[in-house]
Amino acid sequence: MALRGNLRDFTITQLLNLINLAHKTGALVVEGPSQTARVAFREGKLAYAQVDQEDSSLATVLHKAKRLNSGQFRSIQQRAAHISDKELGLLLINAGYLSQDDILLNLQQHYSDIVQRLFTWVEGFFHFDIDFLPPDERICVRMDLENLIIEGSRQLREWEQLQDEIPSLDMSLKFTDRPGANLRNINLNVEEWRVVSYINPRNTIRQIASTTKMNDLEIRRIVFGLLQAGLIEITRSESAAPQVPTVRVFPTEDKEEQKSLVNRLINRIRSL
Amino acid sequence: MQTVKMVVTGPFNAGKTEFIRSVSEIDVVSTERKISSATERKMKEATTVAMDFGRITVDDDLVLYLFGTPGQRRFDFMWEILSEGMLGFIVMVDSSRPETFREARSILETFHAYAPTPYVVAANKQDMKDAWDIEDMRHVLRLDSSIKLLSCVAHDRSSVKAILLELLYSILAKMENGE
Repeated sequence: MALRGNLRDFTITQLLNLINLAHKTGALVVEGPSQTARVAFREGKLAYAQVDQEDSSLATVLHKAKRLNSGQFRSIQQRAAHISDKELGLLLINAGYLSQDDILLNLQQHYSDIVQRLFTWVEGFFHFDIDFLPPDERICVRMDLENLIIEGSRQLREWEQLQDEIPSLDMSLKFTDRPGANLRNINLNVEEWRVVSYINPRNTIRQIASTTKMNDLEIRRIVFGLLQAGLIEITRSESAAPQVPTVRVFPTEDKEEQKSLVNRLINRIRSL
Repeated sequence: MQTVKMVVTGPFNAGKTEFIRSVSEIDVVSTERKISSATERKMKEATTVAMDFGRITVDDDLVLYLFGTPGQRRFDFMWEILSEGMLGFIVMVDSSRPETFREARSILETFHAYAPTPYVVAANKQDMKDAWDIEDMRHVLRLDSSIKLLSCVAHDRSSVKAILLELLYSILAKMENGE
């Protein structure tokens, strides 16, 4: 069923991971702000990739990779424009100019470059088209996604690390108790000073972000920097409700009575 | 009278209130108020601010309470309070709104950190045409195969019963394993 959504909610890395784990066949269509990419997969492996009408022909790929010089490229375009990539590949192999591995490696590099470009797309929509087939004249590869996912993960790491360090924006900040420290001697940029000016246990990080018009990533970066510098620490918001005393899960400590109680619950729910 | 409680949590508009309403023998005590944000208002007229509260009487001596948490992050100070003493919890996920999956994962982790009690994940709104496949949701929510991810339609009582039973079976299994 529907595998579609918004890039703000799903990263390309997450989508590749899903395609990889689910061994999906079809094409991930990503509509960015100015371009649309189609990345085809066969049983969870990268097969083909194309961005809009960019030339993904074998001759162009080999020319960009400097495996064909400009003269050879022009010659192929003039004399062999009508033949498919598969035929051109065979001609190049039979002429002893390139090996099959050379061709496949260059295509793999080209397709993975396209996927890596997608990692920088943070706005747009995606859907998975199970009916999409790469053009007949193109050569498909069979490429594991793990390395691409790792690369995408590297880019996500900063964001995730920040989320780990600052898991909730509903906490507050307070200055550390360091009598020797003098804030006026510390070099902070304008954005950091704006945040510092709102640090108070009564203000949550989210409220500070809202007031200073920063997004989640920006406020987390600044707060993380201030935390690392030892200037501030995270504290529970003073506006949060007080905690109630610990409540027991079961009204009895006896294990057999607890099991009996759960069985009574099961029987009651069944009878509803 | 002995009482036990379960918590129904999940992102905004995941169907928590409806879930409790489907099985509660009392009208759900819902502390709802008008929604303040324009985007949220488009989706729901009112939302749960503090909690929903439903009840199932088991017998003369035992009552099960169902607590629904507020879905919006700005009320998450209530979560820890509600999680105190829970027998287990249910994470509701709207299968047709993938933009909430990450939030659902985060809520799951938060509740699991509060109390390592058994839980199940309910893929709600599976009757909608835009609903994601359960297995796709499992991948995206990063749930391993040992975690119960169950199809759910919160307005269907039998579906809600099935979810509650699966949670109770998990609780029983954990007790029988001596955990």
